[in-house]
Amino acid sequence: MSPSLLLGVAAATPRFRTPHIDYLSILPILIMMGGAVAIVVVSSLVRRQLRTGVGTLLAIVTSLAALGASLTQWADVADHGAKVTIAGAVAYDGFSVFIQVTVSIAMLLTVLVGDGYLRREDVGGPELYVLALLSASGAMVMGSANDLIVIFLGLEIMSIALYVLAAFNHRRTESGEAALKYFILGSFSSAIFVYGIALVYGATGSTNLPEIADYLSKNVVASNGVLLAGLALLLVGFGFKIAAVPFHMWSPDVYQGAPSPVTGFMAAVAKAGAFAALLRVFVSSFGAERADWQPIVWALAILSLVVGAVLALSQRDVKRMLAYSSINQAGFILLGVQAADGRGVAASLYYVFVYTFMIIGTFAVVTVLARTGDRGHDLSEYRGLAKRQPLLAGALAILLLAQAGVPFTTGFLAKFQVVAAAVDAHSYALAAVAMASGAIAAFFYLRVAIAMYSPAGASGDDASHEPAGAAGAGVGGEAGSAGSGSPAGSGMADPVGAAGGRGGAVGVAAPGVAMLSLQVLTDEAPSPEVAGRTVPVPALAATALGLAVAFTVVFGIVPAPIVDFAHRATLLFL
Amino acid sequence: MTIAGGWYLGLAAVLFAIGALGLLVRRNILVMFMCVELMLNAANLTFVTFARMLSDIGGQVLVFFVLVVAAAEVVVGLGIVVAIFRRRNSAVADDLHLMKG
Repeated sequence: MSPSLLLGVAAATPRFRTPHIDYLSILPILIMMGGAVAIVVVSSLVRRQLRTGVGTLLAIVTSLAALGASLTQWADVADHGAKVTIAGAVAYDGFSVFIQVTVSIAMLLTVLVGDGYLRREDVGGPELYVLALLSASGAMVMGSANDLIVIFLGLEIMSIALYVLAAFNHRRTESGEAALKYFILGSFSSAIFVYGIALVYGATGSTNLPEIADYLSKNVVASNGVLLAGLALLLVGFGFKIAAVPFHMWSPDVYQGAPSPVTGFMAAVAKAGAFAALLRVFVSSFGAERADWQPIVWALAILSLVVGAVLALSQRDVKRMLAYSSINQAGFILLGVQAADGRGVAASLYYVFVYTFMIIGTFAVVTVLARTGDRGHDLSEYRGLAKRQPLLAGALAILLLAQAGVPFTTGFLAKFQVVAAAVDAHSYALAAVAMASGAIAAFFYLRVAIAMYSPAGASGDDASHEPAGAAGAGVGGEAGSAGSGSPAGSGMADPVGAAGGRGGAVGVAAPGVAMLSLQVLTDEAPSPEVAGRTVPVPALAATALGLAVAFTVVFGIVPAPIVDFAHRATLLFL
Repeated sequence: MTIAGGWYLGLAAVLFAIGALGLLVRRNILVMFMCVELMLNAANLTFVTFARMLSDIGGQVLVFFVLVVAAAEVVVGLGIVVAIFRRRNSAVADDLHLMKG
């Protein structure tokens, strides 16, 4: 095209109008991305490798800022109502803010867990935080996307960072293998997803979610093969990301191979982002077509519930077991999607929110117990843990029971709400299968708990325990875990310690050790005989664990605030 | 001479199917990458065809987004392959069997 022609076109066009950008609506996303860039810049400006502590501090500040921004948004949405901005590409409603709060919290907890991991494994600097922050920003984009192509962009920002995160521990062969498997199947699912978007675009003439809903409400497209094929392909793409059976094949390998803090992050954030987009696309945009997609989601939910629960039974690797458990949990969340009404959406949102705490807390313990090399994931490693480190075992037991859905935890309420939503939607068979699979699932959660509270075998006598307790000040053994657990502000940690049987000694040691263990962390390598018995618990990981346990128990007993939060997020749903 | 849009859609569908099948059948990781690219480009062709049929410029713009994402994906993917290749001197998917169950 000649320059004059180009000018002519420019002159003929009155003015190129850029869309108005409401920056508050995307503030948490900008903070996450900005924080990632800031950490990269800082680490390239300093001459030597950036100290882990500095990266951790920056990442914590970023996560807290994003959380603060999300809560500001919440107040703003509650006052001024929901709207769409940036030329209709971004929705700014209670739903999007809810997901941003969830992702910010998940990011914060992951940073707390990741700090100890980075120090222990010595695998490079703050890149873990940079990638996790970018991935979290992608999940936030998915939560607030109001256009199929924006969902795709969010999905890819989230996933591409996760592929690298899975490969992060270059010392472990499994890490690279997990990354490659995740990458191949992830990009396969992305390609299917894009093709689905293309078909939906062809059938409805738009990728904008409200415009699609508008078109579908005005036109009868019951026998539109292109639209139905597009819907099915979108569902396959989402199915891969939430790891619903039969699109779950990647998840056990990836969960097992990825570095433990990354696995927790993946389980929480990827699920939050993918379910957010799934709910928005199917319940809100394709609500008119629900007769077509509800049976498919029904089948996905049943398969995930049954296969996840049954296959988890036979696992000896705890991370692998948690992968199947997370498939089972995805089945439960799909119950709320299948209900496809306000109650179902609120139940799903609540589930995603409380699951974030449970799963990251669980993986905090898994990370700590794996020891240097991130290898100790066999169930036998958990045997007798209650005797060695009662606080750690108690916390893990609470989180596992919560995932099993025991009353007085948030997990019970989450399961109750999705099942109630399914019953309301007259999906009685689905509700029955869900409850049955919940009973099966309780078995493998209890298996870990029983292993922890059973004697450790020949090496389980108490006499050689004293050196561990004495060395606790330095290496943070049993006393260290108690000391660092207390400043976490977890009201539940202390009763657990008392119930652990050694409450007296722990309680006396705790105040003095608290300061020490905060400073010393895990810098000193434990001597071999101590390493064989207790694992050091870094203060930050203990903080994350304390927060997770406290949240799970406190809001399990006083459920109203979080239930109300999820419910109001649904009311402000565009 | 104009060709009806349906032919382009059919071609895109065939390309997509070839890509999906290739990804499932082939064992070399680099060939699997190419298959993913084929699938993404089939989606691009579908976008452009529909944009033409609907006289809507939006669909053509979407192609740019997909292209950028595809490029970013390949960069990361090749990085992972190189990391694995340095460790085990092979780029065959069947060699990845550390984890099972």
